[in-house]
Amino acid sequence: MAETPGVGTASALRTTALNARHRAHKAKMVDFGGWDMPVEYGGLISEHMAVRTAVGLFDVSHMGDIQLRGPGSLAAVQKLLMNDASKLQIGQAHYSAMLYENGTFVDDVVLHKLSDNDYLIVINAGTREKDIEWVRKTIGHMPSVHINDFSDFYTQLAIQGPKAEALLQKLTDTDLSVIKNYWFTWGKVCGLYNVMIARTGYTGEDGFEIYIPSDVPTSERVWNEILEAGAEFGMVPCGLGARNTLRLEAAMALYGHEISDTINVLEAGLGRYCKMDKGTEFVGMAALQAIQAAGGPTRKLVGLEMVERGIGRDGYPVCSLTGEKIGEITSGSPAPFLKKNIALAYVPVAYSAVDSEVAVEIRGGLVKAKVVPLPFYKKPKKTVI
Amino acid sequence: MAYPAGYKYTKTHEWLNVDGATASVGITDYAQESLGDIVFVELPKVGDKLEAGKLFGSVESVKAVSDLYAPISGTVTEINEGLNAAPETINSDANATWMFKMDVADAAELTSLDSLIDAAAYEAFVAEETGH
Repeated sequence: MAETPGVGTASALRTTALNARHRAHKAKMVDFGGWDMPVEYGGLISEHMAVRTAVGLFDVSHMGDIQLRGPGSLAAVQKLLMNDASKLQIGQAHYSAMLYENGTFVDDVVLHKLSDNDYLIVINAGTREKDIEWVRKTIGHMPSVHINDFSDFYTQLAIQGPKAEALLQKLTDTDLSVIKNYWFTWGKVCGLYNVMIARTGYTGEDGFEIYIPSDVPTSERVWNEILEAGAEFGMVPCGLGARNTLRLEAAMALYGHEISDTINVLEAGLGRYCKMDKGTEFVGMAALQAIQAAGGPTRKLVGLEMVERGIGRDGYPVCSLTGEKIGEITSGSPAPFLKKNIALAYVPVAYSAVDSEVAVEIRGGLVKAKVVPLPFYKKPKKTVI
Repeated sequence: MAYPAGYKYTKTHEWLNVDGATASVGITDYAQESLGDIVFVELPKVGDKLEAGKLFGSVESVKAVSDLYAPISGTVTEINEGLNAAPETINSDANATWMFKMDVADAAELTSLDSLIDAAAYEAFVAEETGH
């Protein structure tokens, strides 16, 4: 097992700085995109419910961090990513994506504006190397922009759930109540100065992601302090299993499933993050404009709810009621909070209207499902007193 | 993990509890532990004729589907309907939670089938699988 966070060998999986902690918690470990990660600790369902009702802690250090800095960063970011970075204020973040020339996905990202000359792009674990190569190839030649891969420098922790603010406030003097959704700041957390505190996440709940130094002693100390402070709220460590069911209920895309290099932005229903009128041409824009001009996408991502007894899972065929294959489930699973069996799937536009009836092929039999509105789950609005 | 001494086991992690001419079938503690929270069980129907070693249903957790194989041949006589509403009962006590009962079509299978092993052999098999 490699000692250095992020570094693996040909035979060993890569590990985060918290690998020993996960194993000490007796987590079930799994190979996730070449990383030795916890899939569950005390049980997927209880972890999922902890995030929906209290607060959970995730080690997401396997994700990557690319920094663009210099006066030319904005121009570079505008070419590289589809959303309009010129609309970001310092301390603000937004969801975006890098696209291939044909309008399909290299990866989805969260872009953070640290200053006029400094942007942080948080990327997926499984696409780290591909992404950094793509960034260098696409904007490396542009003037006054420097590309740095900081992925192994940070331990990234996600604190998610309705009690996330109350918990994290115990560990920092920074006033968390003024940080709006998808904004970030820096503050002293667990005694560490200038920790980036971002109100972002991948669960559909309120929550924060913090970025701390990735050395093992610091990472372990902070992990332990958070869990200790979280005990009064019922906090538990949560693995990738719950992370997946939480994001699925919130209908958030997962690379390799809802988005990939064979799926374009319009099919994926992510056009609202794709600003073709921002005044700079980004890679993939021309192809998307052509698709729009030709009448739009021919298939769409929809939400399905199983109507008859059965669980539609990743890769299962979606059929018309007469058994003709029309599409495929990209992500499907029981939903622990909603207590339904849900799925995301690509179907032809003709089947994409809410209440359309379809069937999922499950081990040779057709099981009825219907198209439902997305997201499946929306967190309750905070009551203003 | 305790594997009741009186039961027989398969390497696909089903257990068989024979009581005269009928037998009940469940999955082992190791199987429920590996699956995690069980959310769905696909049981055979009363009257179904099962063949030793053949696929007859499945058990699903949130993350995984696990196929179930008949330990011996026979006809299904009773199913545990409660498992449709409360599949997690299997997680609580896999050894005591029967999924269905069947008649024993061929008593000779109980000793002749290589696939049917005793508690000690099953425990050793699991130890090998998990590297303990």
